[in-house]
Amino acid sequence: MLPTLNGRIQTRVFVLLVVGGLWTLLVSPLIGQPYGVTFVVLLAVVVLGVGWELLYHLIQQFRWEKDWPTLFGLLTAVNEGALLWALISAGAVPGVPREVPFGAFLVQFLSTWIIVWLVVNGPMRVPFVHWRFRGGRLI
Amino acid sequence: MRQDTIRLPGPAVAPDPGPGAVRPGDLTPELIATDWWSDDAVSRAGIPVVDVPFVSVGGGIGSFVTVDYLRICGVPTSAIRVLTQLESPWESYEYLTRVSQIPRGERLRSDSASCPDNIWGFPSYAVREALATRSPRSLWNVLVEPILADYYTPKAGQAFESMEREHDRIDYASTVVKGQVRMVRRRVGGGYFTILIPAEGTSPTRRVAYRSRYVHVAVGYPGLKFLPDLMEYRERHRDYGSVVNAYEPHEQIYQRLAAAPGTVLVRGGGIVASRVLQRLIDDRDARGLQTQILHVFRTFVTGAHGPHVWMRRRGGDGWAYQGFNYPKSVWGGQLKARVRKLEGQERAALYAQFGGTNTPIRRNWQEQLRRGRRERWYHAFQGEITGLTPGPSGTVHAALRTANGPQDVQVTAVIDCTGLEADIREHRVLADLLDHGGAGRNPLGRLDVERSFEVRGTRSEPGRMYASGSATNGGYFPGVDTFLGLQIAAQEIADDLEALGFCARLGPVRSTHQWWLWARGRKI
Ligand SMILES: Cc1cc2nc3c(=O)[nH]c(=O)nc-3n(C[C@H](O)[C@H](O)[C@H](O)COP(=O)(O)OP(=O)(O)OC[C@H]3O[C@@H](n4cnc5c(N)ncnc54)[C@H](O)[C@@H]3O)c2cc1C
Repeated sequence: MLPTLNGRIQTRVFVLLVVGGLWTLLVSPLIGQPYGVTFVVLLAVVVLGVGWELLYHLIQQFRWEKDWPTLFGLLTAVNEGALLWALISAGAVPGVPREVPFGAFLVQFLSTWIIVWLVVNGPMRVPFVHWRFRGGRLI
Repeated sequence: MRQDTIRLPGPAVAPDPGPGAVRPGDLTPELIATDWWSDDAVSRAGIPVVDVPFVSVGGGIGSFVTVDYLRICGVPTSAIRVLTQLESPWESYEYLTRVSQIPRGERLRSDSASCPDNIWGFPSYAVREALATRSPRSLWNVLVEPILADYYTPKAGQAFESMEREHDRIDYASTVVKGQVRMVRRRVGGGYFTILIPAEGTSPTRRVAYRSRYVHVAVGYPGLKFLPDLMEYRERHRDYGSVVNAYEPHEQIYQRLAAAPGTVLVRGGGIVASRVLQRLIDDRDARGLQTQILHVFRTFVTGAHGPHVWMRRRGGDGWAYQGFNYPKSVWGGQLKARVRKLEGQERAALYAQFGGTNTPIRRNWQEQLRRGRRERWYHAFQGEITGLTPGPSGTVHAALRTANGPQDVQVTAVIDCTGLEADIREHRVLADLLDHGGAGRNPLGRLDVERSFEVRGTRSEPGRMYASGSATNGGYFPGVDTFLGLQIAAQEIADDLEALGFCARLGPVRSTHQWWLWARGRKI
């Protein structure tokens, strides 16, 4: 990926809400969680993500190529997932009860992450031909 | 084409008629001297006129990806003419890669998503290679690059074969007219005349004029030049076989080294030098040769370099290392956005920082050179060649100026891997645009184009002239002379043409539909 800061944020919000949203509709019944909970989790990934993107952008500045390797896009699931789970366990995510089972969280979070990561690393370019040349900006 | 320029595929430049020798259907002194041509003047000269909305000059990969884009945006083949001397869009490119040691089975220098056969870059070459070979290797490569593996790059053959499929799918052949373009002039009343010297025997007249609203100029390299010292040696001593440029066929050198042990002097620090070294060492390994390699760098890079921590490029053992010819984000990310805003000297300065000679860091090359240093058959050093003279029994005597003082060596051959690109004025069509077309130069001295790739100063309302490729290097978008750069230019051009009503907009629906047609190999 070759994101700009603005492009990162736009891509994160758009793909998580659209692709992640559709996936959440499907996965929630499978993991036995109400939509009220899974959608708040999704929203939390979006909101926290904007902060994370700032940090990633800073790290990117140390790279000569100013790129964001595909692997980073996958591995950042670890830090983001860990922080989110910590916040949920601390009861700091409004609308998500502390006693959400870890397994359910993990399945939702990881499956959404992987789907979103796959989409932005290829299929996204099909409907949006300009997107990859504009640092991930959609508007 | 001048003597000091490397011959590329296509015929030599056809001469203009001498004074008094003008026949009907040829350029007249009046036409040659006027910047804006009227329909009358062209018809007085007896030059037949062909009307077509869009003309692309060149017919190489730049023309191909532009036509591909326009076809996908709904432009019929009847509205496009590609004026070219090439048999296929990749002929010139394949020639250059082959002689510089990238035959079809070797890997190129662009990434997995630089697909000149597919404007979406999806599925990328790595995905397609994995499917074709039923092996996850290439997928693993793109997953972990450039951290745990070198950048994935496609095999040359894959690029050519996939381009050929797309070529057939969009019926590119129907747009092609063979011949050499002499000039493009603005037309009184709008649009342009492109003068073609048709291929022998295809036209009753020596010239044909293509009258179009839009023109796209993609003539590739204005010329690849031999360095003066190399020229001088060859001309003075009539020896063209042992002092060569890597962009010329030079198989004879590898054969001579196979026949008898010898020393070869390699000059240059770019990817072509890397390739030539690989070939020399592969031959050494495969055939048990004793080839000694001397490698001279003009600038010997000893480590990471750059102005500050935010801009440090890796380097060492003489080389500056970079995956592609510019940092990757010039093709889409931060650096692309940054250069787009820069003008004049500021732009030139940034180009200087991230350009320069460099080569990718590849594990197999590193291993070969490390072995060569250890076993003392590969010697790299900073220096310059100060003189070349014939030595005894077919050898060449090279005088060098090095950091440790002057040095004389006797070698079997000198392979020069420094490519010197000629000034744009050395290309007749570009020179004519500077002199008569209103075109100017950008901060790097090349053809000045807008962000839309319109050639600044050449507008002939409602017509537009665009240019892409190496001739436009130095503009608001670096990386023009690459597959992806040519596609980015094609996209900018198509966007501009869409605003002018020439083609359809490639919005999400059309784009997805067209991609589906592509994926199923459906002709459009
Ligand atoms: C050795 C080498 C390796 C490269 N490897 C890569 C790589 O791995 N990946 C990558 O992305 N890029 C690579 N490039 C860069 C670039 O993508 C290619 O050079 C590409 O071919 C450029 O396309 P083009 O259309 O600008 O030029 P060309 O493909 O050369 O086509 C232009 C054509 O215009 C024709 N022409 C010129 N004048 C006239 C005239 N007056 N009338 C009619 N026709 C004319 C010429 O015949 C010429 O062939 C490489 C370049 C070289 C030299």
